[in-house]
Amino acid sequence: MAHPAGPYLGKDLLGLEELSAEQITAILDTAEPFKEISERPIKKVPVLRGKTIVNAFFENSTRTRISFEFAEKRLSADTVNFSASGSSVSKGETLVDTAKNLEAMRIDMVVIRHGASGSARFLAERIDSNVVNAGDGRHEHPTQGLLDLLTIRDHFRRIAGLKVCITGDILHSRVARSNLWGLRKLGAEVAVCGPRTLLPRDVEEMGVTVFRRIEDAIEWADVLNVLRLQLERMQGGFVPSLREYNRVFGVTRARLDRAGRDILILHPGPMNRGVEIDSDVADGPHSVILQQVTNGVAIRMAVLYLLAGGAPERAEAAKTGGGE
Amino acid sequence: MADPQRKTMMTAATVEQTLARMAGEIVEQAAGAESLVLVGIHRRGVHLATWLAGSIQGSHPDLGIATGTLDITLYRDDLMTVGPRPVVGPTRLPTGGIDGRLVVIVDDVLYTGRTVRAALDELADFGRPRRTLLCVLVDRGGRELPIQPDIVGEMIPAPPGGRVEVLVPEIDGNLGVVLVGGSAD
Repeated sequence: MAHPAGPYLGKDLLGLEELSAEQITAILDTAEPFKEISERPIKKVPVLRGKTIVNAFFENSTRTRISFEFAEKRLSADTVNFSASGSSVSKGETLVDTAKNLEAMRIDMVVIRHGASGSARFLAERIDSNVVNAGDGRHEHPTQGLLDLLTIRDHFRRIAGLKVCITGDILHSRVARSNLWGLRKLGAEVAVCGPRTLLPRDVEEMGVTVFRRIEDAIEWADVLNVLRLQLERMQGGFVPSLREYNRVFGVTRARLDRAGRDILILHPGPMNRGVEIDSDVADGPHSVILQQVTNGVAIRMAVLYLLAGGAPERAEAAKTGGGE
Repeated sequence: MADPQRKTMMTAATVEQTLARMAGEIVEQAAGAESLVLVGIHRRGVHLATWLAGSIQGSHPDLGIATGTLDITLYRDDLMTVGPRPVVGPTRLPTGGIDGRLVVIVDDVLYTGRTVRAALDELADFGRPRRTLLCVLVDRGGRELPIQPDIVGEMIPAPPGGRVEVLVPEIDGNLGVVLVGGSAD
């Protein structure tokens, strides 16, 4: 798919892979003023008044759904939540039929979370509403990648040139993939670290440094993005035991202290304390985990706002038309 | 600048004189108030508000003056017809809030009145000022809403095709007012 002209987004946000550095930066810049809206006494602006957004979560999620819902409500959109359990999906309806039915009720946007990789694109190509990917299988989770970028940029005032290591379960992680694309497009150096069974086979071909030892990763990195060990996807015996995982790959205070410098700690949540990350690191002075949650709302507001304005050619008219 | 399309309407010296007069008018209108909040509309209104605040503070050091900035992008009524503006500026109001205070909205050019309508809506989401005044450097006519300024620097009637540009040093490098295109004469 071709990039729409300039910093504008197209109809959908499906992943960071297909965005340009300019578009990613535009989303981050747009998120800045949206942060302040959540600090106001009345946490609401009327910009999406009258827009209807369906949050279609075919896979369980609490924080992402709540974050999207806050973002939508703070922009004055009307929202409907829809989850797979207890819906006609459990009666065998297909994804497209479900979406077409929703669309027949005249909606404007769908935020979709689905267990199948590529489901967001599949839907986007078949309905007229804007589609926002809130996580599709192992493919991408673009708003999480964007909020991680924003949090890192908040701290360092830049992304380019930083060394960011993603640790843990890379294989099952759409967060890892969105981070990888986003970080590299903005000029960061990216590495991964985790047990060989949890790294994709082709990870080195993607131009990513691989650390086998967490100590080496910590020695190298400015930022650690500690991913969750996805216990629910772990039936296949990828790690011998959680205790052993923590002993070999856990991000612990002792390991960080040995590096002798400050390393920014991110985690997309929900955390398995004592497994991939220890509590004294998660709650420590260099952890920006709650900042990520706050930024998540601002990023999602920015994405919804940019998508709602629609076609790039109309946005182009806004620039030249500008009668104040 | 010999560009026939750009006609200087106010020089830097005229703008400074005009702003000084406007600062005086704000103080007059604010008689009785012990504090003032000058809120500049993003982007050039912000710099004009800062200038006015400095001038008033200089002549009336006992008057409490606070400044704020307002970006009305998210309150516009035309987002869905013209599309989003990727750069939304910051909105910052003084920590004391605006409840019960005298608020002066400062903008560079008053045209259709839609920006001011949006600014009033946005202010209402932050609180309830005791009184709100509108102060603009240039009124170019062409209102589409029943909105009138309380303090005006200069009336510069401009045809619909023309554009009145206020230049400020912080953004444009110099101070002045020019009429671009659709010359009035």
